[in-house]
Amino acid sequence: MPAALKTRQRATVALLAVLSLLVFAGAGLAGSVPVPLDELPQAVASLLAGAPDGMSATLLDLRLGRASSAFATGAALALAGVMMQALVRNPLADPYVLGVSAGAAVGALAALMFGAALWMVDLGALAGAVGISLLLYLLARRDLAGGRGAARTGESGVLLLTGVVLASACMALVTLMLSVAPESRLRGMVFWMIGDLAGSSWRLLPWIVLCGAVLLALRRARALNVMALHADAAVALGIDVAALRRFLFLCSGLLTACAVTSGGSIGFVGLVVPHACRYAFGPDHRILLPAATLVGGSFLVFADTLARTVLAPQQLPVGVLTSLIGVPVFLFQLHQLHLRRR
Amino acid sequence: MILTQALTLRADGRPLVERLDWRVNAGESWCVIGPNGAGKSTLLRTVAGLRAPDGGSVALAGKPLQDWPLPALARERAYLAQSRGDAFAYRVIETVLMARHPYHADCYWEGSDDHAAAEAALRTLDVLHLAERDVRTLSGGERQRVAIAALLAQDTPLLLLDEPANALDLAHQVAVTELMAGLCRAGKAVVSVGHDLNLAWSGATHALLLNGDGSWHAGATQQVMRPELLSACLGHPIVAIAHGARTVFLPDAPAAPATLSPARNLP
Repeated sequence: MPAALKTRQRATVALLAVLSLLVFAGAGLAGSVPVPLDELPQAVASLLAGAPDGMSATLLDLRLGRASSAFATGAALALAGVMMQALVRNPLADPYVLGVSAGAAVGALAALMFGAALWMVDLGALAGAVGISLLLYLLARRDLAGGRGAARTGESGVLLLTGVVLASACMALVTLMLSVAPESRLRGMVFWMIGDLAGSSWRLLPWIVLCGAVLLALRRARALNVMALHADAAVALGIDVAALRRFLFLCSGLLTACAVTSGGSIGFVGLVVPHACRYAFGPDHRILLPAATLVGGSFLVFADTLARTVLAPQQLPVGVLTSLIGVPVFLFQLHQLHLRRR
Repeated sequence: MILTQALTLRADGRPLVERLDWRVNAGESWCVIGPNGAGKSTLLRTVAGLRAPDGGSVALAGKPLQDWPLPALARERAYLAQSRGDAFAYRVIETVLMARHPYHADCYWEGSDDHAAAEAALRTLDVLHLAERDVRTLSGGERQRVAIAALLAQDTPLLLLDEPANALDLAHQVAVTELMAGLCRAGKAVVSVGHDLNLAWSGATHALLLNGDGSWHAGATQQVMRPELLSACLGHPIVAIAHGARTVFLPDAPAAPATLSPARNLP
């Protein structure tokens, strides 16, 4: 019995890792121009050598690059979702609830409105996300900070409300920009809002942030469990709640900023994936954190592959598909939960 | 075990407890009695290290509270909060295993001894059959017993309980009171907040009365749980009736017409 949980974690992670590889393979092979199976070994070999030559290798390079970006984005969103839910102790929170994506949207849309280059759009998104996080930290620092024995930490009301209010202020700015933007740039702006991975390719930074965050979070998984259960009474079990809450805030903010910078505000991954994983694998963060990361990545690669194949050569924004898949899954689960609890 | 010196507690500037000098030794069972809002929970949270005192000092096992590292403190005292809000679907056994957290600074998974401790605690509280249930589906009394089981699994020399009898049925109220008395005989110290004078009388060795205006009385139950002190503390006349070898506390008929707010709070 004691070893069972450990075995279960290993088995779950191994299974999900295999699933991720399969989804990657599917993303490489699927598309409007198929990659012939007999050319595959040679194409993979030339890709690994770092010099893709030939049609198949180039296709594979493009598709896997986009898939890698999608995986890092989806995994970051799902992981940030788990952290945010533990931070505000509400299973219905998502990475966007504190307004990080709304801040990113303001930055990115401002850049798009003035017709800036693509890298400046990314920079604008990052600046917006970081800016709103800093503002939130300043406004709610009494709720987040405060050492041990401070009057009372862990009443997440202040943090949550401040975040929600900041998010709606940002959304007002976004609406303002959309209403005054020139017609020709409107389409790009709307697509950014929905979330779109077209044009993304191999990138190292999101992976570094993701791996770092997963490792740091896994080390705190036990403490996360205690805090998710006990809120600020977790201090009685030896948890430095204030430090843990600061870690969660910074880490999930960074992950979300990374994700919205490469993919726009893709909805529902950060809410549905943690929820589905909690339902399937239980609420123990030692299993939940790696599981949600892998499932979130795979889910977005899958959705992105669909987005560029179902209406090919027309490409759909991936955010539409994640919502279309996510909403029914979520509603089904909510309904099941309701039935079980009755 | 606990030593407070000139401990002062305030809420919104209103004094709750003034200059409390209080000593709890191993083997003693204290009950904290007082009207609503008299600072009972605030006192318990302060002694547990969950909030800073507004004046004076608290020492645990001879060491000032603020000098204790949190993990070591968690092996010294356990704290039962008054209420729990369960946001996530943890299983009962998982919530009890989490109480073993202070013993696992450097290992990631619970060992078989943790499972043994958790199951023993659940069996003691008569909730072993609920081990696989989702905590959010338990009744109030069942959830309370699971929380007390988690406290036992934490296995500390000092137990601080905020209304442990809350939501329990009569049989389990008596069982929990006897359990705590047994732990004290085994050398642990217990401080519990409660509203039932008869349970306190039968389970506790000492009592601390908080009057809500800053004044307090501390001592052995025979000296402190006297009708005149209790009546003044709780704002309602109380009589003690000898029933065979036992003493029963009953609210007396009020002298004046009954009112929800005690007379001393009126202008």
